[in-house]
Amino acid sequence: MGMEILAFDFMRYALLAALLVGLAAPLVGIFLVQRRLSLIGDGMGHVALAGVAIGVLTDQQPVLTALVAAAAAGVAIELIRMRGRTSGDVALAVMFYGGIAAGVVIINRVEGSQTSSLTGYLFGAITTTTPGDLVIFAALSGAIVVVTMLLRQRLFAVAGDEEYARATGLPVTALNLLLSVLTAVTVVVAMRVVGLLLISALMIVPNAAAQQVARSFRSATWWAVGFGVLSSVGGVVTSFYADTATGGTIVLLAIGLFLVTAGAAGIVRGVAAARHRVAERHPHEHGPGCGHEPVRHGDHVDYLHDGHRHAPHGAHYDEHAHEGGSRPASGTGQDEVRRP
Amino acid sequence: MRVTGATEAVVRLRSAAFGYAGRPVVTGLDLTVRRGEVVALLGPNGSGKSTLVRGLLGLNDHLGGRAELFGTPLADFRRRTLLGYVPQRHTLSGSVRSTVREVVTTGRLPHRRWWQPLRREDRRAVEEALATVGLLDRATTDVATLSGGQQRRVLIARALAAQPEVLIMDEPTAGVDAGSQLVLGQVLRRLVATGVTMVVVTHELAALRGVVDRIVEMDAGHVTFDGTPKGYAQHQAHAVAATSAASHGHHHDEELAPEPPGLLGTGPLDAPLSARERREG
Repeated sequence: MGMEILAFDFMRYALLAALLVGLAAPLVGIFLVQRRLSLIGDGMGHVALAGVAIGVLTDQQPVLTALVAAAAAGVAIELIRMRGRTSGDVALAVMFYGGIAAGVVIINRVEGSQTSSLTGYLFGAITTTTPGDLVIFAALSGAIVVVTMLLRQRLFAVAGDEEYARATGLPVTALNLLLSVLTAVTVVVAMRVVGLLLISALMIVPNAAAQQVARSFRSATWWAVGFGVLSSVGGVVTSFYADTATGGTIVLLAIGLFLVTAGAAGIVRGVAAARHRVAERHPHEHGPGCGHEPVRHGDHVDYLHDGHRHAPHGAHYDEHAHEGGSRPASGTGQDEVRRP
Repeated sequence: MRVTGATEAVVRLRSAAFGYAGRPVVTGLDLTVRRGEVVALLGPNGSGKSTLVRGLLGLNDHLGGRAELFGTPLADFRRRTLLGYVPQRHTLSGSVRSTVREVVTTGRLPHRRWWQPLRREDRRAVEEALATVGLLDRATTDVATLSGGQQRRVLIARALAAQPEVLIMDEPTAGVDAGSQLVLGQVLRRLVATGVTMVVVTHELAALRGVVDRIVEMDAGHVTFDGTPKGYAQHQAHAVAATSAASHGHHHDEELAPEPPGLLGTGPLDAPLSARERREG
């Protein structure tokens, strides 16, 4: 096979576009997952189609009109959410379906019902990426990366505990609106790659996979970016050789990664559960000066508790085996190591 | 209980009213909390305790009267980092993984400009806060795997990381198992020793034994008692005696007493209860 994929300009552009989207989308998506708004990107995508239609109608760049429409939708979503009215849910539905319906009607009216550009926007048309598109994508993706990196901790704090963030004086409303606008930008960049109907997938699914393997928010972010790039670039390559629809292939690859990580994490959990022993009901909490002798054990500290070595693990304590023979095995019975 | 000077008053309310969406929940509040005081705010559900503290934190509306924090009118108060807030509800059962240290580190955010990375003093404050609540050895643990009591301590550490002058805690011991309550009590005593001012909304005085030096009881949006724990025990005993008398000496179940004084448990406070027990038992 070799590198024949790189022999085509359109494939080089497609791969670059995929790289940019794979990198940027999960960076925004992790905050949507944290706020349990995984599907909000789909709604913005629906409204973005109306923006595309306005661009087609007025002979403007569809990317720019879509950006304006999606950002306006993002702000509206946030304002409706802040009001917290139950009618807000219905208002969102009306806005989303109104957006996609208006988009379909206008684009078909202007370009005729045989137009392929509608399918391109709905399901992605990455191989039609032009150098001009790439410049816009690079600028928008760059903006997403810079803003999410700079404000990562603030967005994390607000998404994690909005009330506390407000009490400490953080600009909660501004940060939520910013996240909405970032989502809109991602929607517009991803629109050409995976299509408006699959946009949330690229923001959310790599994060779902990352949550299976990561141990912290920071590492989850990087795992998600890795999975995002792997599925977007991998999806373009796969679709080139397998002659499949690119957007769908990218999303299926991301879902495949999620299933593999979820399966692997399940096996690891099972093995760990079989190998580790949880200490008996343990109301006492070990700590400095708790009366039990601390013993260094690799990267952590065990506490000697009635001849057992207890290591903190989640909410409980694990029984850790004695090592190196420097201490007698607990076979001698209840050797008291409790200090006064 | 007289005001001794505006500079010393951390919280100063004069016929203040707080509420939501323009509707007052608490009204006519007179309350002064001075630096170094540890105040328990008691009262049944719906008595307005949470509305009051959330009002001080700027989370609901100040609807009347005067309210000052550190001598500044509430509306003009900007130094929010002086108040450390420990919310009641479990806010840590996460949809994404985050470690204890990551959550506690968010407490430092108000101290940094948006473009500033973590500085050494930020990291030190975080480690100190983790040590104070006894969670240093769980700093890299996913908060979602911790017990309810440990999660409360994470929230306390997050508030402490901001190095506040007043800690405002909403039900820190509610729904926490006995072992964790013990540890939480130790943590709170450790905090008292550092001289931090505390306002603790609570139902469970037992867990705060030896921590609280003033009790403010609220009911139906008003202050119904304000004094020492000893005075509160007497206040409660009178209330119980009055109820007993009113019911013509019929036997009274423990749970009918709104807040059994025995919960306080310290030496002198036990007297009214044991006297009552002898009488009734």
